[in-house]
Amino acid sequence: MSLLQLENLSVTFGNFRAVDNISYKVEEGEVLGIVGESGSGKSVSSLSIMGLIDFPGKVSADQLTFDGQDLQAMPEKQRRKLTGSDIAMIFQDPMTSLNPCFTVGYQIMEALKTHQGGSKKELRTRAIELLTQVGIPAPESRLDNYPHQLSGGMSQRVMIAMSIACDPRLLIADEPTTALDVTIQAQIIDLLIELQRKKQMGLVLITHDLALVAEVAHRVIVMYAGQIVESGPASEVFSTPKHPYTQALLASLPESASGKARLEALPGVVPGQYDRPLGCLLSPRCPYATDHCRKVEPANQGDLDRQVKCHTPLDREGRPAA
Amino acid sequence: MNQSDSKLILKAEDLKQHYHVKQGLFKPDAVVKAVDGISFNLEKGKTLAVVGESGCGKSTLGRMLTMIETPTSGKLAHLGEDLLTLSADAQAKLRQKIQIIFQNPYGSLNPRKKIGAILEEPLVINTKLSKTERKEKALTIMAKVGLKTEHYDRYPHMFSGGQRQRIAIARGLMLDPNVIVADEPVSALDVSVQAQVLNLMMDLQEEFGLSYVFISHDLSVVEHIADDVMVMYLGKVVEQGSREQLFENPKHPYTLALLSSTPQLSPDKRRVRIKLQGELPSPLNPPSGCAFHGRCSYANDRCKTETPLLRLDDQAEQEQGHMIACHAVEENRIEAIAVGAA
Repeated sequence: MSLLQLENLSVTFGNFRAVDNISYKVEEGEVLGIVGESGSGKSVSSLSIMGLIDFPGKVSADQLTFDGQDLQAMPEKQRRKLTGSDIAMIFQDPMTSLNPCFTVGYQIMEALKTHQGGSKKELRTRAIELLTQVGIPAPESRLDNYPHQLSGGMSQRVMIAMSIACDPRLLIADEPTTALDVTIQAQIIDLLIELQRKKQMGLVLITHDLALVAEVAHRVIVMYAGQIVESGPASEVFSTPKHPYTQALLASLPESASGKARLEALPGVVPGQYDRPLGCLLSPRCPYATDHCRKVEPANQGDLDRQVKCHTPLDREGRPAA
Repeated sequence: MNQSDSKLILKAEDLKQHYHVKQGLFKPDAVVKAVDGISFNLEKGKTLAVVGESGCGKSTLGRMLTMIETPTSGKLAHLGEDLLTLSADAQAKLRQKIQIIFQNPYGSLNPRKKIGAILEEPLVINTKLSKTERKEKALTIMAKVGLKTEHYDRYPHMFSGGQRQRIAIARGLMLDPNVIVADEPVSALDVSVQAQVLNLMMDLQEEFGLSYVFISHDLSVVEHIADDVMVMYLGKVVEQGSREQLFENPKHPYTLALLSSTPQLSPDKRRVRIKLQGELPSPLNPPSGCAFHGRCSYANDRCKTETPLLRLDDQAEQEQGHMIACHAVEENRIEAIAVGAA
């Protein structure tokens, strides 16, 4: 049984579908990368798993189960017990997601107290243990620091310590390194992957950095305007992309151009609330789009392991199938 | 050197920017050496990239080049004219020739002004053009950067990030500059839009013969666009050279670490990850000797006491202009690190 299973999950804000019928699953001990540009619904889909979508947002799904338990059907109280302990999340910007009014130690112990309880002394020892685990030097003295006294990398380590406090089985990391420098990014990713291997967690890594996902993820999902356009094993998706969008994203990376050649930029931007096209959402930007693409929305082809949402998926040479 | 002198647009010599920080009523002021002795030559139509982590002084350097801030000491010459000793009037004239594009296109455009007004402001201040001439000029530049005529009367909030960065680029071009300082121009953009903006910048460079000082932390972007690269660490240059020298034959341990921490898409390009311990030290209280010694695996006692100077790499003569500030490189203590062995 999969750790997390989604089927046709949608999140709507009024008439706008931020996430549009997505399905995927996460196995235990697996790293799943979700990539896409801003506005593609990566963050909203993960917030909906955590139950953090507020009014007027609405979440609906045919199936939303964690370890066999239906997250939609269970009472609110039970779900709150689950989130934060068994399912944990790391947010993008560590500087703003920590509360500036409380010490780091207080915030870590708060998570522990809510889910596990214990005496003050026990909580403190556990918090020190956690800070050591995430590689913070002199953790005893750091416990009494306020977030503003920490650097970006340190704050992100504290966030990680908070999220793994209750030994989660599924960790959702929403752009955990976007606000950090490359050398610090490398440290944080190494730390996350090390923890993930040690605890056999499922890790959902949301990012817009394709190269990062290519390095660490087992499977990858490419999202565009709220839909999953392609999914599959990371190495396969990046070496032989089947969806024109994935192909275009890879081609627009500076790495893929040699010398001073121009990059193959995809024209236009991700459609927003008011300019969603008919048919395939990529059709206005897609170099291979036909009249059929502009009228009829393509269905997902293939099974969950290797899926592509396109009328004419690309073959091994990167050309659309007839 | 004489041939290249004619093409030399911007020459910096030992530029320094030191800030005084008050520590309290009775304590002496502390000095933050944000930029500490930087020299480079920028030729016409070339791109100099400045890379480094946040806090290494790369943005301060950009602000000095555009004379938003006056350097504490050093020389800065535009086409042979020293910018820092000129009168205020003459400075103002030369300032037109060096323009800047800021990092965040959401913060650098005035939300209360229409695009037309934003683009024409430099002309109003610096030239005597009439209203119609200004509008004409604005529309030509807008067409060059891929904006449409109808955008002239719109406000910044009506544009996407990529379009806003195009507006910022257009504003930089309004006064026909020779040099554009681009301070992280694509780091706030998505990859597909980033590619559009990079292409635009390269097209404009060819068309107008612009020189760029391209400040960035993204090494893959730098490898794509730069001719020369300068790696900064805590206000100092640790390695400087052409793009080929830096990316194919990096020498300084910090450059090696930066390159190895950058994620790579293709498995055969990946390098052995060199783990850097710790973070950038505080510039208020920099380490003695080589500023990098606390995080460097090659550091020895000499590194802790003696500050390494930027010197030419003498190992190979064909490596012209490749400069490194490292004792370990000088003493040949670093073994070559193979690419793709990960």
